[in-house]
Amino acid sequence: MRTDVTKINEKTPHEQLTEGLMMFAGGTSRYFNTGEWRTNTPVFHEEKCRQCLLCAPVCPDSSIPVKNGERLAFDMDHCKGCGICANVCPFGAIEMKEGVE
Amino acid sequence: MAIKERMSGNEAVAYAIRQINPDVMPAFPITPSTEIPQMVSTYIANGEIDTEFIPVESEHSAMSATIGAEAAGARSLTATSSAGLALMWEELLLAASNRMPLVLALVNRTLSGPININCDHSDGMGARDTGWIQIYAENNQEAYDNFIQAYPIAEQESVHLPVMVCQDGFITSHAVENIMLLEDSAVKDFVGEYCPEEYLLNPGKPVAVGPYSVSNYAMEAKKNQEIALENAKEVILEVAKRFKDISGREYGLFEEYKTKDADYIMLIMGSAAGTAKQAVDDLREKGWKVGVLKLRVFRPFPAEEIAEALKGCKAAAIMDRCESYNGNGGPLGSEVLAGLFRHKVMIETVNYIYGLAGRDFTVSDVCHIFSELDGMVTKGKKPRQYQYIRLREQEAADE
Ligand code: SF4
Ligand code: SF4
Repeated sequence: MRTDVTKINEKTPHEQLTEGLMMFAGGTSRYFNTGEWRTNTPVFHEEKCRQCLLCAPVCPDSSIPVKNGERLAFDMDHCKGCGICANVCPFGAIEMKEGVE
Repeated sequence: MAIKERMSGNEAVAYAIRQINPDVMPAFPITPSTEIPQMVSTYIANGEIDTEFIPVESEHSAMSATIGAEAAGARSLTATSSAGLALMWEELLLAASNRMPLVLALVNRTLSGPININCDHSDGMGARDTGWIQIYAENNQEAYDNFIQAYPIAEQESVHLPVMVCQDGFITSHAVENIMLLEDSAVKDFVGEYCPEEYLLNPGKPVAVGPYSVSNYAMEAKKNQEIALENAKEVILEVAKRFKDISGREYGLFEEYKTKDADYIMLIMGSAAGTAKQAVDDLREKGWKVGVLKLRVFRPFPAEEIAEALKGCKAAAIMDRCESYNGNGGPLGSEVLAGLFRHKVMIETVNYIYGLAGRDFTVSDVCHIFSELDGMVTKGKKPRQYQYIRLREQEAADE
């Protein structure tokens, strides 16, 4: 029987945790808000963006969503503010600002 | 129908592996365990088994790959000795905490330094707190029998922990002795097919193994792992009972050899138990009431059962084939004493260190130890604690 991991939380007694803390679900990193770690924040200047899409695949946290061939606004719940996208953008459409937004 | 053969301990374990035909074996050679992967490779090359052999570049990788294969859903194993086990150390803990029912054939050899290839238990003892089940063999027969029992123990639902099947390097691994083998079909039926409920290569049922755990979860996970190790005690006994049905050979957490009426008992592990039994037979002929408690299962540690088994004797010699470098004796010495005290069994004990790095240990050494216990009980002499047997000392040389 698979444990429904969404029912496990920080109050769950040890007897009800999964064996070896195995996760019985896919894509669970979505629930882990790495955006809390951010100390720098990327700012998107849409007017400079040419939709070349070089930034999206290099983001280590999949925080640049792409829909219908166009990049959308940053996913700030998961962006760690590493600045890789800003370095990659050839058109200066991403600027790193100090601090959390 | 049992098959009468003669083979070394390494051959016996390789033979058991052939009979089980596990799915994956990553291994890296190291004396004195090298023969095991070598022989298994030969079985594979001859088409006798279809185990996937992975020739890895180190023992760190050997254990990593064994864990990976096991997590993927394959019945996996590896073999090693000494520094090889030490290099696996990080992964040993992961195998246990990720609750992987894999098996490791450990051929006990001393840890450096000084660098030396011979037998003692410092490799196995170094891994004693990694969460593994550890089963020690006296001879090739036990190495074979223990290996066949390993997967049924490890894969039991209430356990799901890795098992280290240990035998003494060279003494057992390379010495050829008589052995009774089981039919291939009997072993296959006994071990059964491996059908894990959850594993990585299971389309449509995603799992993540070994995820990062924050403080709110890690302590609970460790407790669950400890409970599984405790559960193993009962499972080891159940599997032994089933094994007796197919082999006629009996196993427990330890063997009690002529201990029932014994005044003095030697608690010992591994091949030297055979030496101790010979000494017991010789001394019994002269009227001494002596016996041997041969520890088979070191992890989980049967503290309560040992205390119960020793409570009737006047004195016990606790034999460590390992130096703990704690200034307080060997690992068996410490753990047995803690067990005796907790269960209020206040017998006299002496902890001895013997056989380090292949040093001889003979029947006359055992007789000497028993007479030292007798001197302590009948004449009030106080033997030195955690003394080394057969150590060359200045005093003796001067005499
Ligand atoms: S700053 Fe780093 S994490 Fe955030 S969107 Fe850019 S690449 Fe991704
Ligand atoms: S790399 Fe720059 S220009 Fe290209 S899509 Fe990303 S933000 Fe727009």
